[in-house]
Formats: sequence, structure tokens, C-alpha cells
Amino acid sequence: MKHRVRKSTSDIIFEIVVVVFMVCFVTITLYPVINTIALSFNDGIDAVRGGIYLWPRKFSLKNYKTVFAMQNIWVGARVTVARTIIATVTSLFANALLAFVVSRKRFLFKSQLSLFWVITMYVNGGMIPIFLLYKNLGLTGTFHVYWIPGMISAFNMLVMRTYMEGIPESLEESAQLDGAGYFTIFKDIVSPLCKPVYATIALFIAVWQWNSWFDAMLYNRMKTEYTTLQYELMKLLSSVMQQSGSAENAKNGAATITPITIRSAVTVATMLPIVCLYPFLQRYFVTGLTIGGVKE
Amino acid sequence: MARNKNEEKKERKITVKELKRQSFLLIVSFVVVVYGIIFYYLPLTGWIMAFENYKPKKGLLGSTFVGLDKFKFLFGDDVFIKVIRNTFAMGVINLVTTTVMAVLFAILLNEIRRSWIKKPIQTISYLPHFLSWIVVTSILHVSLSPTGIVNDLLLRFGIINQAINFFAFPKYFWPIVAFANCWKETGWNAIIYLSAITAIDPALYEAASIDGADRLQKIRYITFPGIKPTFLILLLMNVGNVLNAGFEVQYLLGNGLVQSVSQTIDIYVLKWGISQNDYSLGTAAGLFKSAVSIAIILIANSIAKKYSDQRLF
Repeated sequence: MKHRVRKSTSDIIFEIVVVVFMVCFVTITLYPVINTIALSFNDGIDAVRGGIYLWPRKFSLKNYKTVFAMQNIWVGARVTVARTIIATVTSLFANALLAFVVSRKRFLFKSQLSLFWVITMYVNGGMIPIFLLYKNLGLTGTFHVYWIPGMISAFNMLVMRTYMEGIPESLEESAQLDGAGYFTIFKDIVSPLCKPVYATIALFIAVWQWNSWFDAMLYNRMKTEYTTLQYELMKLLSSVMQQSGSAENAKNGAATITPITIRSAVTVATMLPIVCLYPFLQRYFVTGLTIGGVKE
Repeated sequence: MARNKNEEKKERKITVKELKRQSFLLIVSFVVVVYGIIFYYLPLTGWIMAFENYKPKKGLLGSTFVGLDKFKFLFGDDVFIKVIRNTFAMGVINLVTTTVMAVLFAILLNEIRRSWIKKPIQTISYLPHFLSWIVVTSILHVSLSPTGIVNDLLLRFGIINQAINFFAFPKYFWPIVAFANCWKETGWNAIIYLSAITAIDPALYEAASIDGADRLQKIRYITFPGIKPTFLILLLMNVGNVLNAGFEVQYLLGNGLVQSVSQTIDIYVLKWGISQNDYSLGTAAGLFKSAVSIAIILIANSIAKKYSDQRLF
């Protein structure tokens, strides 16, 4: 019983608006990214003239050769990969275990433990006390500052808790009748059913780790062996930003310390792994966000 | 009846057998509570620094107590007053623009029926969320540079006759930050609105069609009310973050020329606390931010409780 309704004028105008909006949206989202990629493959001196849009004018791989010859980029890349892997594994495990504990309906301190973590979402010591704490604990100037302090996050834990609460209690009860302890229930019954939400949270953590730069700057500024990829890019960028803020440059534009093409090449190298990966994980983060995000 | 249940619960609590049975849960709880106390609750004791002249050598308890002196200094400092203004202004502007864009995008995307168009647009819309602020500001910097696309288009259409250095003028800074936030998060924020729209009963739309409603009317009378609860709860969650909305972009895009509009509380804390080593002043500024944030959350929550059934806690 489909009604074939004739389109009214207002509907046609509306459809045009939708199309125009979407074309603009997609263009504005994609253009700067494509432009950056085009610049990264363009000859450095030629690029100063401007006028490069979607495709390099004078093709060159020199930018990438320069970038890959930078020692600190490789150090940054290694540290970034290491922290992403280590933090994702440890943090996922810790959050999952905690979510499992607070989602047990019969657990004696269920509500108290939840509250303990929910409070941390709203109240925190702030930059200076946290900085001093890490300093006193001997975490500053080490690699461990990247994965130990943020291991448990209340938000990620709550998303997983919501998901776990949806798993029927009867599964747990029947396993207990068979003599299974809580760790076995966590490992063999709850975790296999939680794969989608684990994937979501793992993605959140990994992206967060990959994109971090502030902790590298704050805690490991003096330790070049613990620099990260994003922090190296930030250093290149900030020298340029300082320049564009100086008076004479404001007048005549262009001239930069690091050529725009080199910066583009680092930018592309930094974002490439994530850009290639995220489309395949879409299903997970969309469901994960919808389940955990706004419920309650 | 309720009391009975409670008593039953209490009775279960005392038994040694139950404690033993839950020993694994209790051990995990103990470990995470210790972890939480160290990394989340212990820094709170650092707030004491805001009320003293903290010297690392003398420690938290040995430093001289100065009462509200640090706060008096803060509010006597013209820079700090500007910093508060900047933080609030950019927080509110960002919240409004990103919410409007997310709702608009979700509604318009939902109007596209063909999934081979809809799916790719959605995938593209998530892309910027996965880029770091460093990458985003780097890209933005290229686009807004004197030879970048924005100046190029403006020159071509004769709107300006000389390239503008957008980062050199305070009047452009807040719009640039708002745009950067929208560019990065619109697609991501729209996910929740899209799922809320999908949850609306299709029968409502069918009934409206039969009554002769056009698409705009359907959006106005069905989609808007349908996503209102989601909208309210997200707003409630985000107003508390208004003061947190300003650090990375401002820090990365700010420079000497736009300092008066780009500095936020977090940047101020970083500057005084870490760079100048005045831990007490930095903590005082941070404490002020935390206190205001918590106050905003509590007020928003009680308003929400009074006027609708939405609330956070």
C-alpha cells in the first residue's frame, strides 16, 4: 500500500537545499585534506607561488625523502606506535575488568564503586597538581607517563558497563552452578559477548594515544627519546605560527621557516594510518557510541 | 515491602560466605580503588596550593599559608579577566555552532533516501574526528595562508583585493576556532542524533504524508520533537564542559598578535604554572575553572530536573 504522492514545489526546493548542503559539506571536509596531500607531493619552491589545488603541479618526492631522513620523526613514530599498542591493551583490559565488576548485579559494593569513578568525570585536580603528582611519582621523563596514568577512564568504563548490563544474568548463574569463578565468567562468558564494545573502546583509546602530543610536551619535553609523532609535527607547526604572528610577516605573507610542502608531508604521514583504518571500524564505533553514549 | 527488600540485602551483605564468593570482585575493586585514589583523588589535595605560597622544597604542608591572596591577584589581573571572557565566549560559541551543525547535518542526511549516496557521505563526515588537533590546525593553516584556497577564492571573486593573513587579526580568531570545531566534529556528533532519528516511529511520517504534510513540515512536527530528549541530554552533558572547550586549538593557533582573544584559562595555567613555575597561581586559576564548571553542571541539572524529565544524576 504505497502511496505515490506527487512532489510539491516546496519538496523540490527542499531537495535542492539538501543536495547543495551535502555537496558543500563534502567539499569543505575533503578539500583541505586532498590539498594537503597534493602539496606534500609538490616541489617546495614551486609551491610558494600558490595555486595548487587537488593535484601537484610539479611532482616531487623530495619532501618525503627529507621527512624520512629526519631522525626525530623516526623516534617519534616508534614511541607513538609503542604507546598506542601498550596503552590500548592495558587500558582495554583494566576498563573491561572494572566494568565487569560494577555490572555484577549481586556485587556488594556495586553502587559505591560506580560512584567512586563517576565522580572522577566531574572533579579533577587540574593541570598543576597532576603535573606535580607525576613528578613525585617519578613518571615524568619516562615512557610510562603515556600509559599508566590514563589507564582507567570512567567514560570508557561506563560505556562497557552499559553494554555488559545487557547480557542476561542467567548465563552467569548457570556458569556458577557449574562451579565457574568470577574470573572465568569474565574471560569465557562475558568477554566473548562484548567483542563489539571492546572494539569500540579499543578504537577510542588507540586514536587518543595516536593523536596525543600535550603529554609529550608537558612531561617529556627534555627527553627527546620519548617524543611522539604529533609532538614533532607540532614543533614544526609552532615555529611557523610564531612567524605568522610577527609583524612584518603579517604584511607580506608567505616566507616560512619550514616549507609548507615539508609540513604537509609530515601531516600526511601522521594522519595516514588512521585515515586508512577508520572506515573499516565504522560499524563498531557507531554502535558503541549509540549504546553507551547517551543511555541514562 | 521496600524496607523488607533492603533488610534482605543488608543481611546478604554481612555473610562471610558471600564475601568469600565475591573475593575476586573485591580484590579487583580494591586494586582499582587504590589506583583511582592515587591518580584521581590525590591530586585534589593539591588544591591547597592555591591558598599558600607553595615552594616545592617546603612541601604542601610546610609552605606559608596566604589565604585568598592568589585569587585577589588573579581578579586584579586584567589579563585574567580577558582570559575568563575568552574561555566563556569560545566555549559558548563552539557549543552552539557544533550542536546546530550536528543537528542540521543529521536531519538533512536522513532526508537522503539512497544509501549509496548516504553511506559515503557519512564515512567522509567522520574523517576529521580521527585527526589530531595538530593535523587539523596544520591543514587549517595551509588553507587560510595568504596563498591558500580561502584567499584564492576571495581574490578571484573580487571580495578582497589583497590577501589577508587571517591569523594576524583578533577579529577572525573566534570564528576560525568555531569553524575548526565544526569541521572536526559535525559528523561525529551527528551519530547520536541520527540514531535518535532512526528510532522515531515511521508510522508518524506515513500518517503525516497522508494528511498532506510536506517534508519541511514533517521535520518541524515529527523529527524535531523526536530528537528533543537527545538534544537536551547532550546539552546538559556539554554545558559542564564549556570551560574545558578551550585549549588545544587556541594554543596551537594563537600567536602574539591575537593573544588578547586567544588565551584561555588552561593556557593561562600552563603559562604561569609550568613555564613561570608559579604553581600556586596556576592551581588557583585551575581551581576557579573547576569550581565554575561544577557549579554550571549542578545548576543545569537542577533546571533540567525542574522543567523536564531529563537529568544527569
